[in-house]
Amino acid sequence: MAQLVVPRERARRFAPWSVVGWLTILLMGLTMFGAFIYAPTDRFQGIAQRIFYIHVPSAWLAYLAVFVVFIASILYLVRRSGFWDRVALSSAELGVVFTTLALVTGSLWGRQVWGAWWVWDARLTTTLVLWLIYVGYLMLRSTMGDSPRTARFAAIVGIIGFIDVPIIHQSVNWWRTQHPTPIVVTPGENPALPPSMLLVLIVAVIAFSALYFWLLNARYRLETQRERIAELRRELQGAADV
Amino acid sequence: MIAKAALILEKDLRTELRAKDILTAMAYFSLLVLIIFNFAIDLREVSVDAVAPGILWVSFAFAGVLGLNRTFVREQERNAIEGLMLCPVDRSAIYLGKFIGNVLFMLIVEALTVPLFILLFNLSAVGFGLVPALMLGTIGFASIGTLFAALAVNTRTREVMLPVLLFPVLVPIVIAAVKATGFAIGTISPDLAIPWLNLMIVFDLVFVVVSYLIFGYVLEE
Amino acid sequence: MAIGQVARGDAEAAVRPPAIEVRGLRKEIGGRPILRGLDLLVQMGETVVIFGPNGAGKTTLLRILATLARPSGGLVRVAGANLAEVGPAIRRWIGILAHQTYLYDDLTAEENLRFYGRMFDVPDLDSRIETVLEQVGLRDRRHDRVRIFSRGMQQRLALARAILHRPRLLLLDEPESGLDPAAAAGLRSTLAAVEQPDRAVLLTSHSLDLGLELATRVVLLVAGQIVLDTPREAIDRATLERIYAGAVAGGRR
Repeated sequence: MAQLVVPRERARRFAPWSVVGWLTILLMGLTMFGAFIYAPTDRFQGIAQRIFYIHVPSAWLAYLAVFVVFIASILYLVRRSGFWDRVALSSAELGVVFTTLALVTGSLWGRQVWGAWWVWDARLTTTLVLWLIYVGYLMLRSTMGDSPRTARFAAIVGIIGFIDVPIIHQSVNWWRTQHPTPIVVTPGENPALPPSMLLVLIVAVIAFSALYFWLLNARYRLETQRERIAELRRELQGAADV
Repeated sequence: MIAKAALILEKDLRTELRAKDILTAMAYFSLLVLIIFNFAIDLREVSVDAVAPGILWVSFAFAGVLGLNRTFVREQERNAIEGLMLCPVDRSAIYLGKFIGNVLFMLIVEALTVPLFILLFNLSAVGFGLVPALMLGTIGFASIGTLFAALAVNTRTREVMLPVLLFPVLVPIVIAAVKATGFAIGTISPDLAIPWLNLMIVFDLVFVVVSYLIFGYVLEE
Repeated sequence: MAIGQVARGDAEAAVRPPAIEVRGLRKEIGGRPILRGLDLLVQMGETVVIFGPNGAGKTTLLRILATLARPSGGLVRVAGANLAEVGPAIRRWIGILAHQTYLYDDLTAEENLRFYGRMFDVPDLDSRIETVLEQVGLRDRRHDRVRIFSRGMQQRLALARAILHRPRLLLLDEPESGLDPAAAAGLRSTLAAVEQPDRAVLLTSHSLDLGLELATRVVLLVAGQIVLDTPREAIDRATLERIYAGAVAGGRR
């Protein structure tokens, strides 16, 4: 019965997160304004270049998310607390979402600028393999259901997956550079980014990072509640069984 | 610890010598993949040397996944894996024994498949560079493969789960192994294979050490 | 809920550490409490039988004692060593006969024993294998593959595997399960044959006959709690049956 009284206390505890939420909305608005109105149109790529302000922050978040999975996985194996497991799961899901977003926006942009939906260059290939690894991670979790073993196995995959990222990048890099590939300007590698574009990019990266942490917290809370419901359901069932 | 790993290896080899089902299935499967590729790619139009290394490694990868799964299924039949966990040895000894066993199984299958492959695909020149390429590639494959197989065997959909987890992680090994094999088969100077072999040595070391350290976490409870 | 008296084996305050010392042991699996604060002290030489309905936590307790599962809380010592602190060497002291046999179907009886014996560094392995095969009555089947063994023979060989390294603590998890009456009788005489004074045995059972025949002490575990702990001679079958039924009904509220 005691659980029913909690909401007020809970509301106070989550207050800082609603600040993050509002901040995210504000920053996102700023990013949109910057990307579509403030930033100048690229001389060579035209209007298509504006996808850059979505694409680069998404890619950045993809890697941030799997880094968080990596750290949370290690901490889970050391501490064995459900907290770190839920953080890892939440971050892995966000990782897959933002990797997908980065791949899709990159592909659209590539079509406009390079004339090809896909190029097997090191960065793209690494991101694609990353996507595969973390989709596998989520598949593993969903086939195994809730258990400490699931958390442990997922942590192992989360650690191996992250360690693998630089190795994949290195091998794909060599694989392609040894071939005479057409030299393309990969997104983000433009050394002379005008200050106004750089400013919008920085705002966009901060906005997306805020979005990430806000979503991470929301997903974490959802997972906590889901586990609590499963627990209550088990208790009810147990009571009904005997 | 090495002695205990050797005991586990000896036990696995003895069991396989008697049952023979794992090696037979692996060799058959690997041959099957070669033959299917023969239909998939018209060799009158495509240069054999260019596609051969890829075909070879696809065949090894599928046969390898099959073998990795089976060696752990065997431990699960009477829950013997728990019997191993009850022995007064570190979990890493179990990893080492299983890992070396898996490498050996794969190498045996490769030794059977490669001559048939040369025969079926009418390969002209095959250099000795093939031996280190196969060895290093196989070690890399089995290193994470053994770790993930121990994990996947505990899931409902183990036959699916192992390749799902393993193949993306093994992309670097596949790339390097295909390249190094290509230089041993093709007409290009074999010296070019050396950076790839070196790269594989580094990968293998990283993968074996990480898997060895982390394996204890698979076998708990 | 406390039914019956709780007798502790404090009488023989031994100089040696007790075979099992469990204090406040808790275990949760997936957030569900399985063991809710157990205290248990077993001295060397005792044979303790744990009765209890399915799901009472008997197997979980044995798995924790065998180092196969980690406790969620509380202290567990085997032969004086805290399981949370010692390395794999403690497993030399422990033998377990679990629900599954841990045997390799494609190896012969002797090969199975030889493999486990070498994993445990058993001295005089040849003669030791000879002895245990004799004890479980499988000497003339030693060169047969386990695959063709009957369930009863497999169970006996699994027992041989469990005692091969002369464990000081022998854990038997429902040793008679899955056996027909004849095989169960065979197993019972085998268990009696492998009795050793300098060893503690902890067995779980659903069979009152088997438990009461072998045990020197009777423990009743219901819903993760010990509700009865008494010397064998202090209780008769009828009383035990009554308490068991009452505790199980009480445990269900």
